[in-house]
Amino acid sequence: MIYFDKVSKKYPNSVALQDITFSIESGEFVSIVGHSGAGKTTLLKMILAEDNPTSGKVFFDSQDVHALSKRALPKIRRRIGSVFQDVRLLPNKNAYENIAFLMEVAGRTDQEIASDVPHVLDLVGLGDKIWSFPHELSGGERQRIAIARAIINQPDLLIADEPTGNLDPINTAEIIEIFKKINSIGTTVILTTHNKKIVDNLGKRVLTLDHGVLSRDDKSGKYAI
Amino acid sequence: MLWINTKRILKLGFINFWRNSIVSIASVLTMAVTLFVIGSLYIGAAFLNSSLEEVKNKVDISVSFKVDASDDEIISLKKDLSLQPEVKAVDYIGRDQELADFKESHKDNAILLQSLEETGNPFGARLNIKAVDPAQYDAVARFLVNRNDPSLGGKSIIDQISYKKDVVDKLIGLIATSKKVGMAISIILILLSILVTFNTISLAIYISREEISVMRLVGAGESYVRYPFLVEGIISGVLASFLSLALLYPATLWVRDATAGVFGGINLASYYINNFAQIFLLLSGCGIILGIIASFWATRKYAKV
Repeated sequence: MIYFDKVSKKYPNSVALQDITFSIESGEFVSIVGHSGAGKTTLLKMILAEDNPTSGKVFFDSQDVHALSKRALPKIRRRIGSVFQDVRLLPNKNAYENIAFLMEVAGRTDQEIASDVPHVLDLVGLGDKIWSFPHELSGGERQRIAIARAIINQPDLLIADEPTGNLDPINTAEIIEIFKKINSIGTTVILTTHNKKIVDNLGKRVLTLDHGVLSRDDKSGKYAI
Repeated sequence: MLWINTKRILKLGFINFWRNSIVSIASVLTMAVTLFVIGSLYIGAAFLNSSLEEVKNKVDISVSFKVDASDDEIISLKKDLSLQPEVKAVDYIGRDQELADFKESHKDNAILLQSLEETGNPFGARLNIKAVDPAQYDAVARFLVNRNDPSLGGKSIIDQISYKKDVVDKLIGLIATSKKVGMAISIILILLSILVTFNTISLAIYISREEISVMRLVGAGESYVRYPFLVEGIISGVLASFLSLALLYPATLWVRDATAGVFGGINLASYYINNFAQIFLLLSGCGIILGIIASFWATRKYAKV
């Protein structure tokens, strides 16, 4: 489903990714670990075509995402649910509208939106915050809205950049359960995290980045830095 | 699907406009100033044109005929004059009418009227000629002089040709200058205010650039990212045109009162009311177009990811 072909990303004074090659099959659950600045977020940005590689190619279902037309790119992005490290909710929209917006752009009906949005908010434990604006919510609550937004369209791929960074242990466990559930119904999940416990408990594939280099790729690995 | 998308985009635009109220108010106010400038220049220009037209109409050539000139000769000259392309209108005032007019304007002067009774009618008939353009009065006067010159085959029936050459020359100069100056000032003011509006709207969109990039990353297509901003631009334009229309009316009243002592009052207010539909269409049209172009341009500039 995802194929990185010798991808490098260089900035004037640093190298974020160096000659990265790997592939992820449909239905996999992959954790990406590494120190801060190892290139995890840059790697995820490459999949969304949020940033261009200096060299190499990134394929999503055999399509080079950086060669897509302006019209084709949104269609690919709609198949990917994203949880950003800095959350990135739409500040002028309440919880309901933040999630509904994704369903609207995906062309879902008003009835579907009215029934699915409260349901997904219940799933992340925020059924009572449906009309709250991001600035009225705590960091952890915003994070959970972002997760609800990422899974609402039942994406083919879910990428989550440090999704549990702002959450307490109980919430963290709940969110990881949600990810596992989503993965069990066929969604590919890519997760970056610093949380050793999460990675060890998952017992799934682990990619380790070290200063922009893919140093390990363990099929059912543990957090090893 | 198209209808659902349109409905959703309109709704997004309205909600954004409402929730970004401070930015929206700023856009509406700057746009209103622009439209107010456009509106005042439009009313001013239209009024200037109509006043100049009126002054032009007041200037004419007056031809007095000798007392012995026959009606036939005068009517024939009138006919020839009417055929001249530069002549707009020719009015014939007969001898009796001239006398009656004179008597009417001197009805309090008994001695004068008495002496008129004794001498009989001393007035010749008269033609009042209006040219299409004041610049053509010279040509009309020359035509009359030639017709009146016996050596050129005409018969001398004209007593006097009078027109205020200096007034006409000044008027021609005034019209040309006021058109040029008015045009230059209008262009500068309109360009300046359009620039300010562009700046305000792009600032509003610049503030939202993070939001725009998130929308793109979660898969929103062009229409969902940009069109709500266009809707916001249109709403700003419409509201700004209402505001500027509301401000223009008291402004025209103020101009009327302020100039009351000079011209007996330039009645821009009645021009405004009589041409309201036209001014409304002009301002709302300008507002909407300005809003669309500014939003379109700014989203192009700031909405890249």
